[in-house]
Amino acid sequence: MNAHHENQIKQLLKQALPPVELNAEPERDLWPAVLRRLDEDATQRKAVSWIDWALLGGLAVFAVSFPATIPVFLYYL
Amino acid sequence: MADGSSKVPGTMLQRFRDGDLDAFEALFREHQRPVYGWILRIVRNTAAAEDLTVETFWRIYRAHDRFQPEYPFGPWARRIATRAALDWLRAQRPEVELTAEMAGTLPSASKGDPGIADEIRSKTALAFSRLPPSLRAAAILAVAEEQPHKDIAAALGITVGAVKLRVFRALRLLRKDLEKQGITP
Repeated sequence: MNAHHENQIKQLLKQALPPVELNAEPERDLWPAVLRRLDEDATQRKAVSWIDWALLGGLAVFAVSFPATIPVFLYYL
Repeated sequence: MADGSSKVPGTMLQRFRDGDLDAFEALFREHQRPVYGWILRIVRNTAAAEDLTVETFWRIYRAHDRFQPEYPFGPWARRIATRAALDWLRAQRPEVELTAEMAGTLPSASKGDPGIADEIRSKTALAFSRLPPSLRAAAILAVAEEQPHKDIAAALGITVGAVKLRVFRALRLLRKDLEKQGITP
């Protein structure tokens, strides 16, 4: 592709996708949405998923049922 | 945000780094518009740009302890915004997201040349939407938005040479696609 072709493609691209207005701004105040997102994040971090509880429960049952395996598990940790 | 300068004093940046929410809000108020504008330039979709601005500031706050107050906030925020915008582009189906905005809902600084047929414009936009996101971002910022290469390089986390290479590759792929659609530039 030579410089002439490159310029033509650039012109086509500029026409197809005109530059965005310099002072473009959001139509609404986004701060409440940011705060909501931060709150959701904090809630999710606090929450422990059911699968984690299930794994923990399973492990506890296994440890109670077969206490002799505990040292073996600890060795491999 | 172009020069990365900030009216926010250094102590505010330090407070933000320490996780102070008031300092974060002050930074948000100062930078939300340039961050939104930067994202809009890449994704060309006003609703997505708003959502991604929220996503960007959420990522910014999560990364507050990695911010270095001796450096300007603007370029750092723009880099995070660029990553969020690229993630969004990667998640989109090609050929979908540009077409609605082509109808003229985007706040553009200029209208297209009436001498160029709508069909050619829409085929160019379609070809552009098929480019890989990393090439799209570099090409739109460099060619359509005429942003300085060094700013694009900083935002994409690559060198100026790599930006030029991506733009060249984008233009070459665009030309090939247009030729397949029966347009010989």
